[in-house]
Amino acid sequence: METTTKTGLEDFRLETRRWLEENCPESMRKPIKDSNDYFWGGRNAVFTSEDQQRWFERMLEKKWIVPYWDEKYGGGGLSREENNILTQEMTRLGCRKPLFSFGISMLGPALHKFASEEQKMRFLPDITAGKTWWCQGYSEPNAGSDLAGLQTKAEDKGDHYLVTGSKVWTSYANKADWIFCLVRTDFEAPKHNGISFLLIDMASKGVSTRPIKLISGKSPFCETFFDHVKVPKENLIGTLNEGWSIAKYLLTHERQMIGGVGETDQRKALHTIAKENLPLKDGKLTDAVLRSELAVQEMDDAIFEMTIQRIMDEAKTGVNAGALSSFFKYYGTEQNVSRMELMTAITGSDGLIWEGEDKEAMNQARLFCRSKGNTIEGGTSEVQLGIISKRILNLPS
Amino acid sequence: MALILNEEQQMLKDAAKEFLAANAPVEQFRTLRDNNYEAFDADLWPAIVEMGWTALTLPEEYNGLDFGFVGLGQVLEEMGRNLTKVPLLSSIAISGSALVNSTNAELKATWLPEIMNGTKRLAFAQDEQNYFDPSAIATTATSTASGYKINGSKKMVIDGAGADAYVVVAKTDEGENALFLVEANTAGLSSSTDVLLDAGTYSNLNFDNVIVANNQRISEPGKGAALINLINNTAAICLSAEMLGMTKEAFEQTIAYLKERTQFGKRIGSYQALQHRAAKMFCEIELCKSVVIKALQGLDQKAEKLDELASLAKAKLGRTLMLVSNEAMQMHGGIGVTDDVNIGFYFKRARVAQRLFGDYNYHLDRYAQLNQY
Repeated sequence: METTTKTGLEDFRLETRRWLEENCPESMRKPIKDSNDYFWGGRNAVFTSEDQQRWFERMLEKKWIVPYWDEKYGGGGLSREENNILTQEMTRLGCRKPLFSFGISMLGPALHKFASEEQKMRFLPDITAGKTWWCQGYSEPNAGSDLAGLQTKAEDKGDHYLVTGSKVWTSYANKADWIFCLVRTDFEAPKHNGISFLLIDMASKGVSTRPIKLISGKSPFCETFFDHVKVPKENLIGTLNEGWSIAKYLLTHERQMIGGVGETDQRKALHTIAKENLPLKDGKLTDAVLRSELAVQEMDDAIFEMTIQRIMDEAKTGVNAGALSSFFKYYGTEQNVSRMELMTAITGSDGLIWEGEDKEAMNQARLFCRSKGNTIEGGTSEVQLGIISKRILNLPS
Repeated sequence: MALILNEEQQMLKDAAKEFLAANAPVEQFRTLRDNNYEAFDADLWPAIVEMGWTALTLPEEYNGLDFGFVGLGQVLEEMGRNLTKVPLLSSIAISGSALVNSTNAELKATWLPEIMNGTKRLAFAQDEQNYFDPSAIATTATSTASGYKINGSKKMVIDGAGADAYVVVAKTDEGENALFLVEANTAGLSSSTDVLLDAGTYSNLNFDNVIVANNQRISEPGKGAALINLINNTAAICLSAEMLGMTKEAFEQTIAYLKERTQFGKRIGSYQALQHRAAKMFCEIELCKSVVIKALQGLDQKAEKLDELASLAKAKLGRTLMLVSNEAMQMHGGIGVTDDVNIGFYFKRARVAQRLFGDYNYHLDRYAQLNQY
């Protein structure tokens, strides 16, 4: 389907709206509350409700799991304009994404840019069909901010690589089917030049995982261990020893995702929550200091949203916004962390409940704890500030 | 609407940059200051009229260009970079907008062409207190047989000295704040002028039974508050555009200094303590760029949420300009606190720009009030 004319696009919008209204179950139009609300797909896919399954299957049939990828990879083949319309209409109705997948948001873009056609045909259709749950193997116990210092090695054994080492902060590695990994393939070269990008089946012999319990009490991350794991050579993406460029490309996507770029803010305004929980006088919060902190937060949130729009508008005119991903990641996550800190302040003692009757209140304390990771994962705030000062401001080293 | 300049707006910005670099670099500001605080460059003003910048926001009906505030904002931003001293903000952006949005056809026909061609200048007289509060107006305009009789006093009148007339806020018998056009030579009107921290001149006016004709009233009965609010929003947004230029310039000069100054055998820009602070400023300036263009577009589109946009812009620019001008001083080290370099000019002008039309605190509070908390 290809519609480019203005009336064509208007028709597409109306059709899309009608289809979504008819096919998106009511419960799939409610904001995400906790991790049960996400559907991740995979070999052992578990739906947590019938509506969730219905919604996924209908979108799959429509080929709208990844609407903007090529049809030969199971995508919907929508043009940029059509995809924007679909996103707008889904946002308008509050439709959840039918599938959450690092395959779509992170690996997919890298495969599109760096993989062979054969590899694309092998991996992309299973992403669009929700058949593979992908996780990411980047950080290691001794390679956090200094990611390029990673030590997991892949030795060339003729017809395969032999992988040994361990990864940390692998999201849902205990549930994932495959992992995309950075491995060291040359120990002699300078650290950035000896890294390769390898795809590994988690069912391979020698792979094991251990969940990490966070301060939120939840375990979205694991440690992943590779003990002499045989990996076929055709699982190498891009050129041997040039994996760092793929990693950087992929990190750009990750930073934007963590920074919240491209997501519409459907959260209740902080001041509304504050007014529901705290004492007022003449319609104003009696706590003048908190009131001013809220205003600063909401001012910067509002202007950050304008900034995302401005930079996207500039990108459309050909201005290269790539270097700004560090700005998005830094500012977006710092805003999120301060927002969650304020949430704790304005929800009062209810916001501190860890276990109890009130499920929503309980979730707040855990989300607050989880948010502290935002300014660390995907490159710490300090790493981002370093990138801005060197790559954008060109300050000397 | 896309948050970018269109081709014509970009051309105007480029032209302003080029013209000001050639005709009004920041050294000119130093010369004017050293020449007994000259209010503005009298030779530059006709050249700016020639460039068409005084016509940008005036309607075609009066031979204006009707080009819009996004355009004027680009000129003001470039002027902020150069600390250009001309009455573009006071006479055109602020006072001119009061007339453009008035229904008094006679006043418009008399004054708009003259302020546009630079032969006459208007100045806006609102503040009475030592702080910004447009709701606290004690100056009165009493109806009499011969017209309105104005009594009271004003301060912080930008470019007030030598203005041909003032756009004055005064309270009517009905208790409504209204706008009046009062010519400078009217009997009973006296003035004095202060030089402030930014080497700019600001007037104090005293109205002692000043009589103006009924047809000198700019705002229609019942419409005064809305018009005054619009003018304050316009002023806050235009000033934000100027402050954006100052912020960018002070930042860029500082980054250049970090790359050049050597201590302990290394360029100081290589120290992480300074790098991270510089990067944080860069981020805040990215936000400033967005809110300024959004607010300027809001003026052109008569946005429903203009109050909010104006307060967001002035609050954000106020906060960021303070941050950047302070960091600029600190990062320049000893040389920064001397009068030999220009960076101190931005630091000083920042304090006055903060004060004009509401500082950071004022607009943050207004933003909270507009959102009902």
